[in-house]
Amino acid sequence: MREITYREAVREALREEMKRDEKVFLIGEDIADLGGGFKVTAGLVEEFGPTRVRNTPISEAAIVGAALGAALIGMRPVADLTYIDFTTIAMDQIVNQSAKVRYMFGGKAKASLVIRVMAGGGRSTAAQHSQSLEAWYTHVPGLKVVMPSTPYDVKGLLKASIREDNPIIFIEHMLLYNEKGPVPEEEYFVPIGKAEIRREGKDVTIIATSRMVLRSLRAAEVLAGDGIEAEVIDPRTLVPLDEETILQSVKKTGKVVIVHEACKRSGYGAEIAATICEKGFYDLDAPIKRVAAANTPVPFAPTLENFVIPDEQAIIKGVRELFG
Amino acid sequence: MILEEERKMMTKEKLLEMYEKMVKIRFFEEEGVQLFFKRILPGNVHPSIGQEAIPVGVCSVLREDDYITSTHRGHGDIIAKGARVDRMMAELLGKKTGYCKGKGGSMHVADLDLGILGANGIVGAGLPIANGAALAFKMAGTDQVCVSFFGDGASNTGSFHEALNLASVWKLPVIFVCQNNQYAFSTPQRTHQNICDIAVRGTGYGIPGLCIDGNDVLAVYEAATGAVETARKGEGPTLLECKTYRWTGHFVGDSGTTYRTKEEVEDWKKRDPIKLYREKLVAMGTCGVDELEKINQRVKKEIEEAVVFAQNSPDPKPEDALEDVYVDRYIP
Repeated sequence: MREITYREAVREALREEMKRDEKVFLIGEDIADLGGGFKVTAGLVEEFGPTRVRNTPISEAAIVGAALGAALIGMRPVADLTYIDFTTIAMDQIVNQSAKVRYMFGGKAKASLVIRVMAGGGRSTAAQHSQSLEAWYTHVPGLKVVMPSTPYDVKGLLKASIREDNPIIFIEHMLLYNEKGPVPEEEYFVPIGKAEIRREGKDVTIIATSRMVLRSLRAAEVLAGDGIEAEVIDPRTLVPLDEETILQSVKKTGKVVIVHEACKRSGYGAEIAATICEKGFYDLDAPIKRVAAANTPVPFAPTLENFVIPDEQAIIKGVRELFG
Repeated sequence: MILEEERKMMTKEKLLEMYEKMVKIRFFEEEGVQLFFKRILPGNVHPSIGQEAIPVGVCSVLREDDYITSTHRGHGDIIAKGARVDRMMAELLGKKTGYCKGKGGSMHVADLDLGILGANGIVGAGLPIANGAALAFKMAGTDQVCVSFFGDGASNTGSFHEALNLASVWKLPVIFVCQNNQYAFSTPQRTHQNICDIAVRGTGYGIPGLCIDGNDVLAVYEAATGAVETARKGEGPTLLECKTYRWTGHFVGDSGTTYRTKEEVEDWKKRDPIKLYREKLVAMGTCGVDELEKINQRVKKEIEEAVVFAQNSPDPKPEDALEDVYVDRYIP
C-alpha cells in the first residue's frame, strides 16, 4: 500500500469530500492562498476557489458562528481554528451554541460542522500554542471528540466526521503532520466510536491518544525486551468512547496505564479510569496508572517542555511500577 | 410626515396584519407574565412589552424563506416571523407540544421551518450565526436574507464586532437590527458605551448604519425595506438601530424601577407603539377604531386558546431528556 503523510491524508479527506458534495466548504484564517500555517489546505483554493476555501479575518467566534449558521441551513462547513488554544475565543459558539442547538430546539436542528484544530506541544511553542484541551470538549454533551493518531485514521475519520450531522471537535497534532503511514488509494471510512488495538499483548493495557500512541508503541517494544507484553489501544474517538474494546483488553491483562499529553488533573484519562473502575473493577489486579503531562502550563524551553510532556521513558516507568 | 406615501405603499390588509401581530405579541407576553406569577410558567421570562414595533416592522418585510436570529427577549421576534402562539405558549410551559418539545423554553424557542434560528440565551451570540445563514444563501445563489435581532447590550460584545466586520468583508445578505431599549439589564446605555447612537458603529466596519424611531412601526418597516433590498441585491449588510424602551424589568421579577425612574417609564408608555399605530391607522383613514377593536378581540381569543392548548398539553416523559443530544442514539 502507498504511504502518505498525516498532512496529506487530511488534505485528501477534505478534497474528496469537497469533490463529492458541494455543500462542504472550508472556513478559517490563512487557509486559502497560504494553505494554512502548516500547509494542510495547500492547493485546495486553486482547485475549489475562494468561495469554498474561505479566508477569514482573525475572528474565531465569527468563524464558528458562521460555520454553525451555514450548517443550520444545510451546509457542511469544516472550520479550521488552527490551534485548540484558539477555541477559547470561540467558546460560546462551540459550547453554548453548536453543541446545544439540536437539543435546545427539540431535535429539529442539525449542526453538521467539523471544527479542526491541532493540540499538543513538542515544538517550543509555549503555553498558548501547545495545549491539549480535549477533555474540556468531552465534557460538553452534544459534541463528538475525535483524536486520530495515524494517516489512515485521520483520513478515514475526517471523511466520516464531515458526513456526520453532529458537531465534531477534530483534534490533530502538529507533530504528526509529517508522520507517514499506509493509506489506500480507494475510498474508505473509519467509524466514529471505534477504538483500534495498535499492538496486542497479554500483560498490561496501555491506552494512549494522539502522539502518545506512537510513544507508547515504542515503549511497548522496550518493555517486550523485559518480558512485558503490552497491549496498546488507541481510542481514536473520545466521544463516543469505545468502552467495549478497552474493557475486553482489561479483562485479558488486568493492568492499565493511560497515557495522554494533556496535563493529568481532570484529563480524559480520569474519565477512562473511572469507566474501567465502574465497569471492569474486578478484572483489575493493580491500581490504574496515569502517565500524563505535569499540571503546569506547557513551558517554552525544550528542556522544560520535554520534562513536562510524557516520553517513552515515562511510559516505561509507569508500566514497570505496576509490575513491582 | 409621510402618511400619504406610506399608505400608498401598503395595502390595508398588510397594515392591519401588522397591527394584529403587534397586538398578538403584547397579549402573548402579558399572558406569559400572568402565568409566571401564577407559577404555571417555570424559569425566566424576559418580556419585550413596549418594543413590538421593531420585530413587526422588520419581519413584515421578510419572506417566509428568510431567516432570523433572536435573543433572550425574543417572543416578539418569533411571533413576528410567523410562529404559532399555541406551540410557543406550550414551549414556555415546558410541554411536549411546544416548538422544542419542552427542551428550550422561553429563551430558546426556534422553528427552522419558519426560518427562526432560535431565541438565544447568550447576549450577542445570534449575530455570528446569522452571518452563517446569510453565507449559505450567498453560496447557494439565492436572494434570501437573514435578520439578526439584538439589544444595545449586545453591541459591546466581541461577537457584534466580529460579525459586523465579517458580514461587511463578505458582503453577506444580513440585516443587523439593534433593538436599543437603552438598558443592558440594569446598566443604562450612557454608562455602557460612550456614544448615543449605536448606528455609528456601522461606519467602523464599512456598512451603513441607520437610526430609527423603534416605536414607529411604519418607520421601522420603511428602513427595513431598504436594508432588505440592499441585502437581496448582494450589496451587503446594514445596521439598523431602532430606539425603544422596555416597559417591564429585565425579566419578570425585576421591577425595573430600581435603576429607572417611574417618570421615565411612564413617559415611554405614552409613546406606546401600539397606541401610536392605532392613531396613525385611524388618521390615515385605513380603518376605524371598531375594526381595530375587533382585531383585539380576535387576538385575545387566540391567546386564550393558546393558553388552554398549552395547559392541556402533556408534559414530556422524563426519559425524553435523553433524546436529541445527538442525531444518532444517546451516547452515555
